Amino acid sequence: MSWFAQLFGKKETSSSVAKKRLQMVLVHDRNDISPGLLEMIKDDIIQVIVKHLAIDATAVEVNLNQDGQESFLVAEIPLPGNGAGNR
Amino acid sequence: MSAKVITVTSGKGGVGKTTVTANLASALAMLDKRVVAIDADIGLRNLDVVMGLENRIVYDLVDVIEGRCRLRQAMIKDKRQPELYLIPAAQTRDKMAVSPSDMILVCDQLRQEMDYIIIDSPAGIERGFRNAIAPSDQVLIVTNPEVSSVRDADRIIGLIEAEEKGPGYLIVNRLKPEMVARGDMLSVDDVLDILAIQLIGVIPEDESILISTNQGLPVAMTSANGSSASHAFRNVAQRVAGDSVPFLDLTPKTGLRGWWKNLVNGR
Repeated sequence: MSWFAQLFGKKETSSSVAKKRLQMVLVHDRNDISPGLLEMIKDDIIQVIVKHLAIDATAVEVNLNQDGQESFLVAEIPLPGNGAGNR
Repeated sequence: MSAKVITVTSGKGGVGKTTVTANLASALAMLDKRVVAIDADIGLRNLDVVMGLENRIVYDLVDVIEGRCRLRQAMIKDKRQPELYLIPAAQTRDKMAVSPSDMILVCDQLRQEMDYIIIDSPAGIERGFRNAIAPSDQVLIVTNPEVSSVRDADRIIGLIEAEEKGPGYLIVNRLKPEMVARGDMLSVDDVLDILAIQLIGVIPEDESILISTNQGLPVAMTSANGSSASHAFRNVAQRVAGDSVPFLDLTPKTGLRGWWKNLVNGR
């Protein structure tokens, strides 16, 4: 976004929305992983983790990321508290 | 010398494969190359009307493959160029009338007498596409700066790499520089970021393409007066022939309004 648009809080251009949407859909296409499969993987991960740790299941995110030619399955599982109490 | 076989494909229909094929073949012929264009879209023949040769068809590609005529008899000579030919598709058959090995055989017969064999692929990723890429030495992928055709181009890039016909070269067709400038169309750089293959052509949206196609005249054959598309197609031919030609500057002409818009948009 240009400085002018940023200054006045103008919404992002339709072409940058298109680019982001394409990048997302192509990571799924290239790896043949549907958003539905990703949901199933996420649910399974949560089931494993909650056996051992008290986590907020609604805060868990599982995504596909692309870095150059390599794709990554990335799971973000926020831990409860900030861990400071154990120091 | 043996001809180079170039396949023009896209995945998605309607992005301009046939227009690119007709103009690339014409522009290569204008560089004094011996060129034959083959319409591999069996059942949906169109390269003949785009090139303006529809009234001269006697035999077609399927007639050659099924032995009803010799290869030379199915080659329609375009009299506007010294060495430009068209092998039309059959109109009343389907893709299964041709196999990938038939296409390899036909091209092998042509290789000795031609410099370039340009194959117009049908849309899709099925038999017709397989036929079109089987004999290919170089694949040109046509896309429009728009989500559905870029997505399909990505799929095609994956398929041609799997067939070891990669990496493939990209032609961005129907670019509207004014829309890119105001952020309402993917830029060539955006498309290249996403697809990560080498660019070989950028064709601007240009009314002169439709006007000359109406008349059965590939726009590349028309004189350069004002048609940036004509120029862009002839540049693609030069790049295919191995010359490095800079890409046309397609940024919109800037008057005072353009200057202000550019300032505001941070360009």
